[in-house]
Formats: sequence, C-alpha cells, structure tokens
Amino acid sequence: MDYIDNLPPMDLMRSEKMTFVQLIMPVESAHRAVCYLGELGLLQFRDMNDDKSPFQRTFANQVKRCAEMSRKLRFFKDQINKAGLVCSPCLAFQPDIELEELEAQLAEHEHELNEMNSNSEKLQQTYNELLEFKIVLQKACGFLASSHSHAAIEERELDEHAYSNSDDYVEGASLLEQETRPASSNQSGLRFVSGIVCKSKVLRFERMLFRATRGNMFFNQAPADEQIMDPISTEMVEKTVFVVFFSGEQARLKILKICEAFGAHCYPVPEDIHKHRQITREVSSRLVDLEATLDAGIRHRNKALASIEGHLAKWINMVRREKAVYDTLNMLNFDVTKKCLVGEGWCPIFAKTQIQEALRRATFDSSSQVGIIFHPMDAVESPPTYFRTNRFTSAFQEIVDAYGVARYQEANPSVYTVITFPFLFAVMFGDWGHGICLLLGALFLIARESKLCTQKLGSFMEMLFGGRYVLLLMALFSIYCGLVYNEFFSVPFHIFGRSAYECRDTSCRDAQTAGLLKRHDTYPFGVDPSWRGSRSELAFLNSLKMKMSILLGVVQMNLGILISYFNARFFGNSVDIRYQFVPQMIFLNSLFGYLSLLIIVKWCTGSQADLYHVMIYMFLSPTDNLGENQLFWGQRFIQIVLLLLALVAVPWMLFPKPFILKKLHTARYQGHAYGRLNTSEMDLEVEPDSARARQHHEEFNFSEVFVHQMIHSIEFVLGAVSNTASYLRLWALSLAHSELSTVFYEKVLLLAWGYDNLIIRLVGLAVFSFATAFILLMMETLSAFLHALRLHWVEFQNKFYHGDGYKFRPFSFASLAEDDD
Amino acid sequence: MYGFEALTFNIHGGYLEAIVRGHRARLLTAADYNNLCQCETLEDIKMHLSATEYGPYLQNEPSPLHTTTIVEKCTLKLVDDYKHMLCQATEPLSTFLEYITYGHMIDNVVLIVTGTLHERDVQELLEKCHPLGMFDSIASLAVAQNMRELYRLVLVDTPLAPYFSDCITSEDLDDMNIEIMRNTLYKAYLEDFYKFCQKLGGATAEIMSDLLAFEADRRAVNITINSIGTELTRDDRKKLYSNFGLLYPYGHEELAVSEDIDQVRAVMEKYPPYQSIFAKLSFGESQMLDKAFNEEEVKRLCLAFDQQFHYAVFFAYMRLREQEVRNLMWISECVAQNQKSRVHDSVVFIF
Repeated sequence: MDYIDNLPPMDLMRSEKMTFVQLIMPVESAHRAVCYLGELGLLQFRDMNDDKSPFQRTFANQVKRCAEMSRKLRFFKDQINKAGLVCSPCLAFQPDIELEELEAQLAEHEHELNEMNSNSEKLQQTYNELLEFKIVLQKACGFLASSHSHAAIEERELDEHAYSNSDDYVEGASLLEQETRPASSNQSGLRFVSGIVCKSKVLRFERMLFRATRGNMFFNQAPADEQIMDPISTEMVEKTVFVVFFSGEQARLKILKICEAFGAHCYPVPEDIHKHRQITREVSSRLVDLEATLDAGIRHRNKALASIEGHLAKWINMVRREKAVYDTLNMLNFDVTKKCLVGEGWCPIFAKTQIQEALRRATFDSSSQVGIIFHPMDAVESPPTYFRTNRFTSAFQEIVDAYGVARYQEANPSVYTVITFPFLFAVMFGDWGHGICLLLGALFLIARESKLCTQKLGSFMEMLFGGRYVLLLMALFSIYCGLVYNEFFSVPFHIFGRSAYECRDTSCRDAQTAGLLKRHDTYPFGVDPSWRGSRSELAFLNSLKMKMSILLGVVQMNLGILISYFNARFFGNSVDIRYQFVPQMIFLNSLFGYLSLLIIVKWCTGSQADLYHVMIYMFLSPTDNLGENQLFWGQRFIQIVLLLLALVAVPWMLFPKPFILKKLHTARYQGHAYGRLNTSEMDLEVEPDSARARQHHEEFNFSEVFVHQMIHSIEFVLGAVSNTASYLRLWALSLAHSELSTVFYEKVLLLAWGYDNLIIRLVGLAVFSFATAFILLMMETLSAFLHALRLHWVEFQNKFYHGDGYKFRPFSFASLAEDDD
Repeated sequence: MYGFEALTFNIHGGYLEAIVRGHRARLLTAADYNNLCQCETLEDIKMHLSATEYGPYLQNEPSPLHTTTIVEKCTLKLVDDYKHMLCQATEPLSTFLEYITYGHMIDNVVLIVTGTLHERDVQELLEKCHPLGMFDSIASLAVAQNMRELYRLVLVDTPLAPYFSDCITSEDLDDMNIEIMRNTLYKAYLEDFYKFCQKLGGATAEIMSDLLAFEADRRAVNITINSIGTELTRDDRKKLYSNFGLLYPYGHEELAVSEDIDQVRAVMEKYPPYQSIFAKLSFGESQMLDKAFNEEEVKRLCLAFDQQFHYAVFFAYMRLREQEVRNLMWISECVAQNQKSRVHDSVVFIF
C-alpha cells in the first residue's frame, strides 16, 4: 500500500487542488487588478450580485459605454465590409491609448463617417434622379415620336411645360414637384406623364392605372438599359420607363397620386426635338460632373475607412477586454466603507503565488496606498474541476468531458483513454493500408498545426483538427492491428517471413479441398497470410477476434473496478472498498475472469474443448463431469468454488453498505450528542465524502439509500454480463471492416482488372478508390470511433466514474477572444 | 378527426409547433417585467432587453434611443418570427397564419384612409402601419374617394375583398363611416376566421372558437361603449356585432339597447366567464376595462399552449407577442416621460 502512495503523482489523474479565496481590493486598484487577473486567467470569480439585474450593478454605466463603443466598432466593420476593403492586419506600431481617448476617437470617427455617408447619399440621390431622367429622355422619346403625328395641340402645351422646367431642373431639386405644377393653359386634350418605376411593380402599377382611369389611358413601357442603385440597401434595381397618355385633370391627379404610391418618379419630357437634345446634353454633362464628385467622395471615405481599419482589430480587442473587466467588477461587492471591492472565487492552489504577484503588481502600478488582500476561505459548495491539459491530451479530455465533467479530484479516465481509446478503435479498424491513409491525414494536420490553429476552420475541419492527435494515435494503432490481422486493403502480405503452411504438391490443386500442410515454424507475427482465401478463414478469424475481444473487455472492466478502488482510497472511503470494490472484483472475475483464463489455457494448450459448453454447464449443472471439455485438472472443483463466490458476492455488495451508512449516521447524530468533535478525525477518514455532503441535509433516508444501492448492485450484476457481451462489438466491427474491404477489393478492383480494357479498369479503379475513401475511410472510421466511444463511456466509465462535477472557468482574456469568434 | 390529430399532425405541423413553443418559452417573464419597470432610462431598457430575444434587434441602435425605435425593433422581431413560420408552413396552416394578419390589414386600411382624409403624408402613414398588415398596393389607398372606389381600386386584390360586400356605398368617406367600415370588416373577418377554424375541426376548432368568441364579445362590448352617445342607431349597432360568441344572440339584443356603461355591465354580468372581468371594475368605470379584457385574453391564450396538435398555438403566440410589444411600449413610454408610477396601469404580465 505504501508503494502505491509513493508513486509519482500523475498530473491528469486528479484534478488540480482548488481553493476558495477572497479578494479585498481598494477601489482605485480594482480595475487594474482584474485586468492583470484576466491576463493571467487562473481565477474564477463568483457572481455575488446574482439577484441584481444588469443595470442595477455598480459598473452598469461603464458596461453601457463599452457596449456603445462596440456598437460603433461594429458599424465601422460593417462600413468597411460594405466598401469592400480587404482586411489586412496592420503591423505598424500603434501606441497604447486610454479608453476615454478611444471613446472620443470613436465618436469623432463615427460622426465623420455619418456625415460623409449622408453627403454621398444626397449626391447619390441627385445622381440617381439625373440618371433616371436621362433614361426616361432616351426611352420616352421613342414613344413620343410615334404619337407625334396625331398630337398637335398637346405639343404646344408640353413645350411650354418643359420650357418652364428646363432652366431650373439642373438645380437638382425634386423634379417631381415641378412636373406636377398644374399646367394652367389647356385643360382638355390628350396629355401624358412620363417617368420611371421599379420593374417588379410595373404590372400592378399598370393595373392600378387602368382601374383608376376606367381604362381611359394608354400605357407604354420599356425596360431601362442601366440598373439604378437603391440608396438605402445599395443594391442595383432594375427599372422600367413608362409613358402614360390620358386626358382630363381628374385623371392627371389620380395618376400622379398613384405614381407617388408606387414610388414611381415622374420626369417631364419635351416633345420638341431641339429642346430634347439640349436637355439631354445638359443632363449628360451634369451627370459626368456628379460622377466625378461622387468618386472623389468615395475615395475620401475609403481613405478614412482604411485608416480606421488599421486600428480596428486592436480597438475591438481592447473594448472587448474592457467590457469583460467591468462585467467581472460587477460580480464584486462593495464592503461597508464603500472603499473596497470584495470578490470571491476559486483558484488552483499552484496559482496562488502567481495571483499574488499579479495583485502586487496591480497595487504598485496603480500606486495605491493599500495592498490587495488575498486570502483563502472555507467554501460550502464543491470546488470546480480543472485539468491542466496540453494540446495532446486536451482532445482526450474532451472525449471524457463530453460524457460528464469529473467530480472534484475524482480519478480521471482520460489518463487511460489516451491509449485505450485509439487502441480499441484500431481493433475495429485493423488494416495497415487504411491506417497509413489515416496517418498521412493526421500528419498533414499536425504539420500544418501552427498555420491551421490561427485561421478559422469550418465546423467539420475544426473537429478533425481538434482531434488530430487522437487521429494520429488511432492511425498508429490501426497500422499495428492491421499488421496483426495481416490486412492491407484486405490483401495479405508476407512481411515477417515465410508462411508456416504449404501446399501438398507444387500444383497446389487441392489447396481448397484437402487443405495445406504445416511445414515450417509458426508465422512469427500476426495472422499467417495463408489463411486468406482458405475455407476456414472466417471460422479461424472469428474465433480469434471474439476471444480477443472478451480478453480486452475483461481487462478494461477490471481496470475500471480497480480505479474505483483508488478513488475510494483517495477519498478514504473504506466502506466502498470493502462492500463494493471487493465483491465486484470477485463477481466479475469468478465468471468472466475465469472465461478469460479458459481462453488463454485453450490457446496455450491447443485443446479442443468447447468453451460455450463449459461456461453454460458451469451454471446448469456444476457438479457434472466435464468429460472431454476438461482443460486442466481440478477444473470442476474450481468451477464450483467460483460459482459459490459469485453467488456470495451479490448479497455482499447489496446489503451491508446501506446498513453501515445508517449506523454511522445514527452514531454521529443521535447516539452521542457531543461525540462529533472527538470522532471527526476518524469519521473523515472513514467517509469524508458523505460527511461533507451531510452538512447540508442531515436527513438520512434509509429507503432511498437502500434503493440506490440495489439499483447499483443490479446494474453491476447484469452489466457484468451485458458489458462483456458488448465488447464483442470489437469483433463484429472488425469483421465488417475486413469483409467490406474484401468485397471492394475482389468484386470491384480485381473484377475490373480481369477485363483487358483500359476504360473498365479505370472505372474499376475509380470506384474502388471512392469506396475506400468514403465508405471505408470515412464512414467506417466514424462508426469505429463511435463504438470505441461507447465502450469507454458505458462499459469502462460506469465502473467508477461519477462525472457530476463542473468545469473551472477562469476569467481570462484568452478565452474571451475564442468565445467571440 | 377529433382525437386523432396525434396520428398525423406532426407530419406537417410538428416542426412549426416545436418552433412556436420554443418562441413562447422566450417571452418575457414577470421577473423580466419587474426588472424593466425598475429601469431609469431607455438605455437601461435596451441593456435589459439585450439579454433577451430582442438583443440582436436592438444592439446596433445608436445611443439616444426613442420609444418608437424600441417598439419598431421589437415588432420587427415578431414579424421575422411570423415570416419564418409562414415560409415553413404548408396548407392549411399557411392559410391559418395568413388569417392572423387580416386584422392588421383592416387596421392599416382604416389608418391610411383616415390619414388621407385628414391630409396626412402617405409615407408618414405607411411608417405607422403594422408591418404584418402590409399588402402591395396599400399606398394607393390614398387615391380612393369613397368606399366603392376603395374596393374597386385596391381592396379587390387583397384577401379583404369578400369582407367588403357589406359596406360598399358611394358615400364619401368620413370618420363615422370609416369606423363603421372597420367594424363591419372586422365582423366579417371574425366570422370568416371562425368558419375556417370550424372547417379545420379537431382541437383547433375547439380552442380557436373559444378564443375568437372572446374576441367577438370583446369587440361587441367595445362597440357598444364607444357608440354610446353617438348618432349610431340601435339597429346599425346591432349589425356590427359578430354572429357568434357567447353573447350571440340574446346578449346582442340587450347590448344593442344599452345606453350607458352600467347597463352594459348588467348585461355582461349575466355571463359567468365575463363576471370576473366586470367584478374587478367599480361601477361607471370603463378605463380599466381594456386592461381587464387584456388580462383575461392573455390568460386564455396561455391556456391554448396546454394542448398539443392544434393551430391555436400560433394564434396565441402572435397575440402574446403583440401584447408583449404593447407592454414594452407602455413601459418605455412611462420611463421616457418619467411617469414610472403609472407603469403598472397597462402592463399585462404574460407569465
């Protein structure tokens, strides 16, 4: 026992020792201190103002300011994206600036941008109007020319009309109004309104016009050649030019109203050719001017944006940090004097000195008179779980955490998962050809590690990249298992020397019927390649893999129970050792441990005994003679003893524990009222876990405990059988994998190769490589992965793992950036 | 098929029902309202709402906030929810969802027509319209001079067209007959919706008929109270009541002849479900009636969620969200005008 205690400590085995600490910070240095702690990232603050809503907290104003700043930054980012500037990280030296300064700067930039935007919007609007006018002029001219001949009166009117407008439309004011100015002269006769409307609205527009004028109108339309930019959404919109002919003032009012309702812009078009030309010329020249102005404006704006963009990443980061700091400060309480902030939280014990150092630095840097007080406290709740993982172990820890976060200081299964997980995967995925493919993939990911971890990946790649070291080990182990199974894309190889078997004669004609002869030494490593293609191949491999699966399963389950012993030992819980660990060990090993023993004996002696028979009749009639199935002397006696042991083990793990717990409880709380102080030392040793728990709820509910124990025992007893059977999935998946790859190799590749035709061969090769890549390498990997996962979560971890802890989430700037992206 | 909805409902409606129940779970709770009522400024309200469903809609609003912005953005969230559901819906659920918006359409039509009558700017009016009740040619409503034109020009294309058959007159529009038009349309709409729900059958019909009956009765009471002292004749008044609901037909007879609020009260107290509402009010008071009705409605809408496999949850969700937006509007108005003592006057807690 001392030997075990003296083993070097394993970092990952137990979660870090945590301590509950209290911080008392003077107000003037609190901000800086929290800042430094965020950089350190090793202290988890507890929210002490749980009952307060966000705006009632102390630093609500600062948080609001930060939110406002980040809104501005988002606005800039949006503007930069809209302007299509390429985000290039600016490496130039940027001086550190204060938050207040930044706030002022941001406000200034925003104001500037808004002004520029509104200016360019105005310009854009004028530009649009002119452009629309130009298009209308071009298109409407065509319609008017056709109606020119039979509209003499109206011409005069419209001439006047256009004349009155032509000299001031260039001022850029709304052209619509001028057009709608009632023409005083002729109230009757045929008149027209021309304008431009969105293409999507044309049909409804026309229908509405038709209804409103009771069909007394003529509608002409033509699509505009150019698309026009919508100033609000900055999208290009297709528009249609229209000319409506009608008669009467009433109709005109109605039509203008409808135009307004549909957002159609009306422009006057002169019918006189000269006027028309003149106006067109003017409009065009004005357009050119405006375009130049607009371009200059955009250039100016882009320049401003580019200068912002250089700082943007830094600013965003800064504001995000600042907000996090204030959010954390909001979790703290003021003490009675209102001069100090009091915070509580968890930190790992090893980090205490670092934290103290950071706090000292904060005091010094903020030139505070009073130091920050940092001292450990007692806590009621159980501490968070914190494992210090590196990039290799983190993926395995994730696999375990996905099931449940370890209880504080509980044995961590990921220590074993690092090896057992890839190994069990490989047992199901044993093929060194496929293994090499996986290995190449994993090596590729690892080689580009430094590059990939900085850039953003898709969710699928992210997963692959996160599990790159899992993938690496999985690949290595599947190469190993593939060598043991002697499978390379289902082709056997003579790597480790000569096959032990040979044909009876040189022609090898009766190899399939009479079989082979063993001439040489046993094949030194793995499965003899001669088994491949033989009649008894499946029978041999199935028997081998099934037995192997059971051996692996029994070993892993034993490991699980053994870990429960170490857990109990660690927590000083002798009841668990005596009434849970020991009977469990006996039960499992007297049945399935014995089976494993039989398997090994059978392998070593080459006996013909039927193990099914032995195991079944061990229960049905243990006293019967084993006959030819006897593997060793005294087997019957051993079987009877083992059976009895297993029978005894069941009540052993069921009954004593609840009664003992009850006795301990009554002894502690009712028997001797003052006994607690004296026995606390012993009690802690006996059962500190439940003792701690009972400080909260002292009620001892016997029936609950008993039912709990019953469920546990039944689960274990039934689980011993079903879990062992469950490990047979190792065999089943491995069989499926090898059969699938055989099918693809023989029925696709070899079949295609049989034809003397290049195309068929190529098609065969293509099908084979696709099947290998997608079915064998992707889907089979996934299924083997999932089964390995299940074996760990259910069969292995249910023997010892509680997984009801919670993760240590320190306040850290590093994790802040990850959350945001 | 009553009782067998469970068999087939989820084929088409399961996804959307899950969605709508998810939305319902994110409605603001009493705790949220308590916090909101303690807000000092609109910024505080924004800060509190940023932790709710409304967060993404408000986060990019520049700092001097206005009540209208908050309400607009919150309504936008409702509209987005609705549009998402409508996109996913198949028949007959999509028709059901469309029915929900007709009420807003009627309100918008009335708003625009009244607005143009008082010579307001159309764009300004359009901004005030509820986005759920928008239809394509709504802006051209301004062209119409009388009911007949209104119908012939614009409304004939909208789903409201059939409801219009009762109010096509050549009279020029004025405030009175616009209001009558609104109520006639509403009556036709409610009756149509009621018939549609009956056609759907099952739990939808059962729950919706209850909810719509409540709505119809509530409108009947409101019409009565609003028409007291106007030139509306008894027969005309009676014509505006929907032909279903708890009050139909005998309650309508009595309501039609009521001349003051206490007579209305006497009529309503004969109906047990409405007794509790009027029990809360003192005699002669009608100010708090709206709130009492709203509270009762919210209670009934929440009950709709207790049953599964029916469409009434969609109706209930939309109504609850609208109530929530109204609450937010009231709270932000109170906060903006420093009338915090009146916050509780009109806020209806949903949970």
